[in-house]
Amino acid sequence: MQQNQQPGVLRLDGVAHAYGPNRVLNGIDLSVGTGEVLALVGENGAGKSTLMKIVAGYLAPGQGAATWEGRPIPSDPQGAEAAGIVLVHQEFALIPDLSVAENILLGHEPTGRLGLIDYAAMRETARNALRLLKSDIDPRAGLAGLPVSSWQVVELAKAFAARPRLLLMDEPTAVLGAKEADALFACIRDFVAGGGSVIFTSHRLDEVLAISDRVAVLRDGEITLDRPTDALNEHDIASAMIGREMSDLFPPLSPLPTAAPILSVEGLSVARNFGSPVQDVGFDLAPGEILGIAGLVGAGRTELVEGLVGLRPATARRFALKGVERPLPDAVEAWQLGLAYLTEDRKARGLLLGENLQVNTALTVGALTGGTVLDPGAEARLYEQAQGRYSIRAASPRIAVGRLSGGNQQKVLIAKTLASEPEIVILDEPTRGVDIGAKGQIYQVIADLAAQGKAVIVISSEMSELIGLAHRILVLDRGRVAGIIAPPEGERPTERDILDLALGLGTQGTPL
Amino acid sequence: MIKTTLGRAGPLLGLVLLFLAGSLLSPTFLSSENLLNVLTRSAVIGIIAIGATFVITGKGLDLSVGAMAALVAGLSVLAMNAMLPTLGPFLSLVAGLLLALLFGGAAGFVNGGLVVWGKIDAFIVTLGTMGIMRSLITWMSDGGSISLDFALRDVGRPLYYGTVLGVPVPVLIFAVLAIGGEIVMTRLRFGRHVTAIGSNAQVARHSAIRVDRVRLATYVLQGLCVGLATLIYIPRLGAVTPSTGLLWELEAIAAVIIGGTALSGGYGRVWGTVVGVLILGLVANILNLTSLVSPHLNGAFQGVIIVIAVLLQRRRSID
Repeated sequence: MQQNQQPGVLRLDGVAHAYGPNRVLNGIDLSVGTGEVLALVGENGAGKSTLMKIVAGYLAPGQGAATWEGRPIPSDPQGAEAAGIVLVHQEFALIPDLSVAENILLGHEPTGRLGLIDYAAMRETARNALRLLKSDIDPRAGLAGLPVSSWQVVELAKAFAARPRLLLMDEPTAVLGAKEADALFACIRDFVAGGGSVIFTSHRLDEVLAISDRVAVLRDGEITLDRPTDALNEHDIASAMIGREMSDLFPPLSPLPTAAPILSVEGLSVARNFGSPVQDVGFDLAPGEILGIAGLVGAGRTELVEGLVGLRPATARRFALKGVERPLPDAVEAWQLGLAYLTEDRKARGLLLGENLQVNTALTVGALTGGTVLDPGAEARLYEQAQGRYSIRAASPRIAVGRLSGGNQQKVLIAKTLASEPEIVILDEPTRGVDIGAKGQIYQVIADLAAQGKAVIVISSEMSELIGLAHRILVLDRGRVAGIIAPPEGERPTERDILDLALGLGTQGTPL
Repeated sequence: MIKTTLGRAGPLLGLVLLFLAGSLLSPTFLSSENLLNVLTRSAVIGIIAIGATFVITGKGLDLSVGAMAALVAGLSVLAMNAMLPTLGPFLSLVAGLLLALLFGGAAGFVNGGLVVWGKIDAFIVTLGTMGIMRSLITWMSDGGSISLDFALRDVGRPLYYGTVLGVPVPVLIFAVLAIGGEIVMTRLRFGRHVTAIGSNAQVARHSAIRVDRVRLATYVLQGLCVGLATLIYIPRLGAVTPSTGLLWELEAIAAVIIGGTALSGGYGRVWGTVVGVLILGLVANILNLTSLVSPHLNGAFQGVIIVIAVLLQRRRSID
């Protein structure tokens, strides 16, 4: 095991990992040498974050070997950090109530005599760490009062201050401005020139080409490309990210209806605390149509529709239902107007996990049209119908919904959302965390809705899903519509068409 | 499954055990006079605790009910005394009773409004209003007492001391409210929506439920219950002092928790609260009747019961 004990070398041999039955990584072989910057690229859910967690010691690999300088990577983050591996999280791991300096040196506080914290030394170290990133954030400032981009800078300064030899960064530039990103890249160059190694993930292919020495592409948990950056261009990378045959899971697409739109939106804007706000979004939706919404994580897809259905403060230049203009609805009005929204987060927002199946399926329709007194008989009938229509498998209608499998929970959520017979149905990640069999059933439900003349919007991170299901695909890039792909009758767009728009590589689709 | 049933029936089992203990330890315990006395004394806290069941099931908390009872009582007494010369004792009493409900509802509206629109934690809001209302009654009574006019006392006596078919009026009101509350909680849509917002307010918001309106309604309901409780309490005392209703909030919350309602919201049962109130009442009664333990240790016994109740609850949620 000790034969190649080179300093600063990371090796992964046949690493695989699964969450329950859900396989996220498969036979990963990868190595990073001293002074190398590796860019890890892939679609949402390709397994990038899991791979990073394995390298940082947060997760032990399910199979295979992960070694750092010839030894297995410690299977706890502290051990990995002691070995010189530091992970910069995508979500911030900072304490808002502490100052910038206290955060940067958290756990490594310099102490003076008597073991008391030496605040002067602490501020000085923090200031130097920040200066490397060309940042003039005051080390004494409270973190809570600083903007998100400063948080990211502090997070990075904290990582550099820990004196790592292998630095892992998950989407480090997602919330950074151009100037801060440039400073980070300069910092990375200095770091690798001094013998450090870096693995980072990014959705921005221009950044990947600018800063990395090598690019590895993950697709469905496998490496599909691993080459020096010099030999690559953006389109090579994008090609390696997509793939996957469109399966025959999808029911045939009904012809694109020609009816007048039931919903028209113009100039929709939704503010956000993190990331780019949704700005100036507009589209029409006809009865019987399935409109897909694509975009990278953070592009604002969920925020867009939450603004539309009153779950988030939003403004619109024009919002018209069946040609009648009206102000944006509030969360209850949306339902009353026949505008239903199925959340992407069924556990936190979709279902009352401790309540039984009948209570859950009847919750929304009961709130909308139910009487003052509950009607157990009607609820039982409603559930019975739903069970048949959506093939829900449960031992009894009286068991808590939290005890069902993910696929069956999702079907209950679909039943709950559709119980009020809405005219416009917005489905956010309708097949998330659902096995392949249930996926096919959910696709059929969506196709049936359109066939019945309902207008449907489907948001999905799986591009193949949108290609298989949707008549047209609206692609969001950082809060704005990058294009609406409307292929001619009988043709389907490719993942490449979507990805090019989502990555801001130009407009291969039909721009609106 | 057996454990679950035990957890659900736990409070009832506790009540039965206390009953057995009481009848073994004291010969007078089982007399109808004593039992009716326990029920009557429990009625005031019980009525407040029924309101608290809804607030807590909706993942809220109201610490101000004791101070609210004192303030509502003080205001009603002042109003009744003022109306007496013009309206006469009977009409003044009726008007005073309606006013008590109105004041209670209004106080609940303030609490709920601050929680819902002020977006302040219920604990903080009601801690604040508790202090405000307690100090208002102290100021209004100038540290002494606000007495009900004697003419009114005579007319109002039956509200606490009267009986219908041998059942004391407070017990009757408590029973009607308990049955009504149980129906509202389990059979009406409002009860389901209270449970839903307590279980997961985000899910409720995504399910076309007007979360703010339901939450506000629980606090108004709590205020109305406090108003009703003061109605039967005023005639008993005849006067309101700065210590009226002191620590009632803790007794009410304790009764709700002993009854099996989840302090974290999302699961409430009114019948459990009734059992909880009776358990607290019986413990005090047994300690008073027997000389085994000093009645001054009443609080310790109640504390032990609360802790045991929560332990049983936790076992249920693990199952």
